[in-house]
Amino acid sequence: MAAASAGFICNVNVPKPVVIKLFSLNHVIKRRLSTSVTRCQSQPQVKKRSCPQMVGVVGLEVHAQINSTSKLFSGSQVSFSSPPNSRVSYFDASLPGTLPVLNRRCVEAAVMTGLALNCTINMKSLFDRKHYFYADMPAGYQITQQRLPIAVSGLLIYSHLGGPKRNQVISKSIRIKQIQLEQDSGKSLHDEHQSQTLIDLNRAGVGLMELVMEPDMSCGEEAAAAVRELQLILQALGTCQGNMSEGQLRVDANVSVHRPGEPLGVRTEVKNINSIRHLARAIDHEIQRQMELLEQGGVVQNETRAFDQKTGLTIPMRDKEGLQDYRFMPEPNLPPLLLYVSGRVPAGLDPSQVVLVDRVKALLPELPGVRRERLVEEYGILPEHSYTLVNEDGLADYFETVVKATKAEPRKVIGWVVKELLSNLNQQNLKVNQSLVAARALAELLDLLETGHVSSTAAKVVFQELWKNPEKGAEKIIQEQNLGLMSDAATLQIICQKVVESHPEEVKAIQNGNHKVLNKLMGQVQKETKGRADPVQVRAILQELTSS
Amino acid sequence: MRGSQCVAALLRPARPWPRRGVWSLSRRVAHHSRRCLNSAPSSSRHVHNAKVPRTPTWQPVHETLLPPVIHVSPDLVDKLERLALVDFRNQEGVECLEKAIRFADQLHVVNTEFVEPMDSVLEDSSLYLREDTVHEGQCAEDVLQLAKNTLEEYFVAPPGNIPLPKREERSAMLKNSEF
Repeated sequence: MAAASAGFICNVNVPKPVVIKLFSLNHVIKRRLSTSVTRCQSQPQVKKRSCPQMVGVVGLEVHAQINSTSKLFSGSQVSFSSPPNSRVSYFDASLPGTLPVLNRRCVEAAVMTGLALNCTINMKSLFDRKHYFYADMPAGYQITQQRLPIAVSGLLIYSHLGGPKRNQVISKSIRIKQIQLEQDSGKSLHDEHQSQTLIDLNRAGVGLMELVMEPDMSCGEEAAAAVRELQLILQALGTCQGNMSEGQLRVDANVSVHRPGEPLGVRTEVKNINSIRHLARAIDHEIQRQMELLEQGGVVQNETRAFDQKTGLTIPMRDKEGLQDYRFMPEPNLPPLLLYVSGRVPAGLDPSQVVLVDRVKALLPELPGVRRERLVEEYGILPEHSYTLVNEDGLADYFETVVKATKAEPRKVIGWVVKELLSNLNQQNLKVNQSLVAARALAELLDLLETGHVSSTAAKVVFQELWKNPEKGAEKIIQEQNLGLMSDAATLQIICQKVVESHPEEVKAIQNGNHKVLNKLMGQVQKETKGRADPVQVRAILQELTSS
Repeated sequence: MRGSQCVAALLRPARPWPRRGVWSLSRRVAHHSRRCLNSAPSSSRHVHNAKVPRTPTWQPVHETLLPPVIHVSPDLVDKLERLALVDFRNQEGVECLEKAIRFADQLHVVNTEFVEPMDSVLEDSSLYLREDTVHEGQCAEDVLQLAKNTLEEYFVAPPGNIPLPKREERSAMLKNSEF
């Protein structure tokens, strides 16, 4: 554990931030929602000589609400749906004479998030006031960290599926400029009819981590994958609940276009994005809009635009103030925030006043990227399956529970989890923890399959029955519905005989050497037996019947 | 700081918040904060601190040592009014502002080479960290009664993005105020 005097270097193994190749041909992605000019497409088309195709440049600013009991600088409760203004202290309402008192939990959450994102933690950070007048910010300023934030120079490593079959895991990274602690604002409800604004200050003063990313992305899909990864990391850490629709995670995108090699174009800021899907759409639309504008000889205005999820378009938004001059100044009511490392705490300091960076680091849980690698290594599953397992909330836990409880190979379990289970969940729009087939029940079914009590086709029927009657259990369903494996040689012989007699063409083909046709007959037998026949025996019987 | 006092006295909150409303609000607030913040003002016994001179002393700074005088242009007045949401667009107000700037110009004479900038006199004290528990905030009635307008349990504010007077209107106003 190395502690420099200026900053705590959290992870020496992390490569130096690299400039990501935005246009590598290896990273070519075929897009489902492809537009003709956005970057994530097949090939850079050279339109004219020395006039390469324009590409999008995307940077994100993410506001993550800290998952804490009380607010950043006051002891009022953080709560998403309380009656208006019922969670407002005198400080939150910025009454004169009140002072900020920093919440230790918020500091620890920011340090933990910084460490998880490979940041350098600043052992000393400062608070500043950022001024603007808006009714949901009653002090007329926001306390933030502009000059010296709590964490800097991080790296978010994310991956998304690409390649011709969209089953290739493509790994990328984004540099994180800084993470700063700051206050959330209240909420405004605009009543245009009466020309007034209703203000609820419940959210005012809730702790936020603002993550500023470098413009290392080039299209909506990359941004969406990066935000999804960030969301998973924050949820794994527990530092932010990460629900975008409830505003716990808010993303603004800075979008510009340019030709590679030329300076960056004028950027616009896209706001009002409340889901990851909308983020991708909004960015792709904005890239396309700017490219078309420039191709028609227009000029991109530096402006804030709002995404309209109904139309999928971005529209200009009136700024809070035409002139943006935040008049930053040091926050006079808060001395510098100091962090420490074990063994280097000044004598006489109350332990309740000390945040130890190494202690926070020791508490870091398994992060999604590490978990995916472990799943691949430990269970021998495909990387794209590890991706599905980790991206779906609770699915990896479900999978691991099944694997531990069953005799079946993990590679067999994964198929059941990503196909049967996931498609049933998706059909009914359920989350993993709402699954009607519990992990134990699936394990039991897979055991019956493994020990030859049921064929794999019948097992699928059993699974659907289990879904409808979760209380029954696989064994009982097999018994009740007579779905057990049919292995009585005499019965199978009769069925096979019948199938052979009714398919003279196929038999002839087999006898002429086309052995593949045998599979068709096998299919017929399974159809007759509703998938219950023991395939090994059936194959042997059919081979015998057709060989003469 | 004669200059800044003068500006402060002239600063009036710009529309749409009327001056009277703001003042009476803060008076009521002061009453509340005293009651609830438990910040008992210490009784002021006059014990003289030897480090503080009994009478103020100063040396006038000669004009020639100061940087050139800054004149505040109408555009700058416009910007400052927007940013601070106050209005002082008259001859007296602008003169006051210029005097305040001139007063502050004296700081340029102080040699600050090799002196680390200081943000706050508290910068050597440690920042107190609070446990993450809820101990205040359930006082909607208290805070709402401070507001001039409320609707159900909401504060009512004027609509955001209030357009400021157009440039032409502004020059008309300036003319009227003999600026």
